[in-house]
Amino acid sequence: MAEEILLSARGLTKRFGDLTAVDGVDFAVHKGESFGFLGPNGAGKSSTMRMVGAVSPVTAGELRIFGQDPATHGPQIRARLGVVPQQDQLDQELTVEENMWVYGRYFGLSRAQVRERAVELLAFAQLTERAKDRVEPLSGGMKRRLTIARALISTPEMLLLDEPTTGLDPQARHLLWDRLFRLKRQGVTLILTTHYMDEAEQLCDRLVVMDHGRIVAEGSPQALIRQHSTREVLELRFDADDHAEFGTKIAGIGQRIEVLPDRLLVYAEDGDEAAAGVHDRGIQPLSSLVRRSTLEDVFLHLTGRTLVD
Amino acid sequence: MTGAPMSTEVFTARGDHGPRPPLAARERIGAVTGYLLLVYRRTLRGTIISTFVSPLFFLLAMGIGLGSLIDERTGGLGGVPYLQFVVPAIVAMQTMWLAMFEATYPVMDYIKWSKLYDSMLATPLRVRDILVGHIGSIAGRLVVATAVFMLVASLFGGFATWGALWCLPIAVLTGLAFTVPIFGFTATQDNEDGFTILFRLIATPLMLFSGTFFPIDQLPAWMQPLAWVTPLWHGVESSRMVALGTVDPPWLALHLGVLLAFVLVAWVLCERALTRRLVK
Ligand SMILES: Nc1ncnc2c1ncn2[C@@H]1O[C@H](COP(=O)(O)OP(=O)(O)OP(=O)(O)O)[C@@H](O)[C@H]1O
Ligand SMILES: [Mg+2]
Repeated sequence: MAEEILLSARGLTKRFGDLTAVDGVDFAVHKGESFGFLGPNGAGKSSTMRMVGAVSPVTAGELRIFGQDPATHGPQIRARLGVVPQQDQLDQELTVEENMWVYGRYFGLSRAQVRERAVELLAFAQLTERAKDRVEPLSGGMKRRLTIARALISTPEMLLLDEPTTGLDPQARHLLWDRLFRLKRQGVTLILTTHYMDEAEQLCDRLVVMDHGRIVAEGSPQALIRQHSTREVLELRFDADDHAEFGTKIAGIGQRIEVLPDRLLVYAEDGDEAAAGVHDRGIQPLSSLVRRSTLEDVFLHLTGRTLVD
Repeated sequence: MTGAPMSTEVFTARGDHGPRPPLAARERIGAVTGYLLLVYRRTLRGTIISTFVSPLFFLLAMGIGLGSLIDERTGGLGGVPYLQFVVPAIVAMQTMWLAMFEATYPVMDYIKWSKLYDSMLATPLRVRDILVGHIGSIAGRLVVATAVFMLVASLFGGFATWGALWCLPIAVLTGLAFTVPIFGFTATQDNEDGFTILFRLIATPLMLFSGTFFPIDQLPAWMQPLAWVTPLWHGVESSRMVALGTVDPPWLALHLGVLLAFVLVAWVLCERALTRRLVK
């Protein structure tokens, strides 16, 4: 398939003084794809996104966006991007629609164009009723939707979303996911960061797992799970402060056992069979639960740490 | 002139996907000033109080209250009624305060609290567009605030000659000679603590000791050079000259030259500081 590459990075590095926030990462994103960066706090997701957004200078390595170098073509690149930063950057004192209009003007759109687009996009973001209200009293989810609507005012080809749903309740997250799906269907390339595995599984065709500024794995969510985890996981909780001792008692059951402070994870193709094995050894957990493997398990396996603490 | 090489790039309309035509400088700066105009309209009432009412108090207290006492005892300063001596100076001085307010907290807000400058930089705008747009908007406010104050002051008989109309551009230049360096100062600050020092330890003494309310030869000799190196004295002196019709061309040129130098040198430093702060 001769897919057009919109974004490519080779050895991309970002340093702040002595601190290396992004440590030589490689990735490429095709047109129409939705691509994710999954990683814990401080992994370097936002630093990467800001370089991709052509606002943060690259320390080392090569970065091309729409085939152009952000160091020399920043404004040209940014004209074609929509950016949803980690922190909403709205004027809280202006109204919802004023925030839209003002932002559209930064892209050189006419007054008539920004007004027309604002009506469409506020409907898209389910904010039409609040168009004339000040931003400040809006809920977090509404502000997030406004930030996304605003990023779309210039009809971007590529949308960068830095933790689009952090801090939102489940209902608001699902509404946002639905909106992002629609954009994807319209051919917008989505690049997002998240530390929610379910979000990554829902939204990303392909993702990279980042840790300490490095990419530790790459692939589709299903491929990553297949590659780095088992089909099912048995979660066991015991009435004990230290779960490690139970870890040794059940050694040999399943393919792999992870000991967490509050539970044991037994990785197995068949979780029920593993649970039966535990029972056969006469061990009585407080609770036992069989579930499918997720990206969380992939992350745990790759880094030895949980994603969201 | 050969001009720029012909571009072979094919642009699509701004609303379509594909390479887009670059924005003209007018569009970029107009977008920033357009935003700030909305902000100013929203805060109009608070602005009137902070920028207009307080110079009016000075006019009433100093120009009329203290002035009638001085004129009664001495027949005015060098034959000039004290009101007409002090009003051109207040015209210059109020621009310093406006600059102090406009180039501190709002700038810090856009850099750090609301991060609205970051949101602008995520678009085709550049740091210079932000700087030109924001400082241009402050210049617009300086024009409006000064014109309104001058109109009211003229109703009180604060100006001796029609030459006082030149006080307006001089006041704007004085205001910019404060705005640009303070803007740069703000760009280097981590938080708002430094502003208190700026207001208390710089603006207040400048207001009192820059020849505003009395000529600086009344100050101890060691203090006078301090007035020479700050913008306010130059603004006050040139404003007073044109208003009283006592223009001394070489001196006027010197005063205006110093003010202009403040603006230009500070601009370079300010742009550098803002870039360092925002682009990282
Ligand atoms: N402007 C900056 N100056 C100095 N250090 C920075 C700056 N921005 C980020 N860092 C550091 O770079 C590292 C990576 O930060 P980054 O914000 O990219 O992580 P992240 O993956 O987005 O984390 P989070 O999930 O918390 O948003 C952190 O150690 C952070 O402190
Ligand atoms: Mg982040």
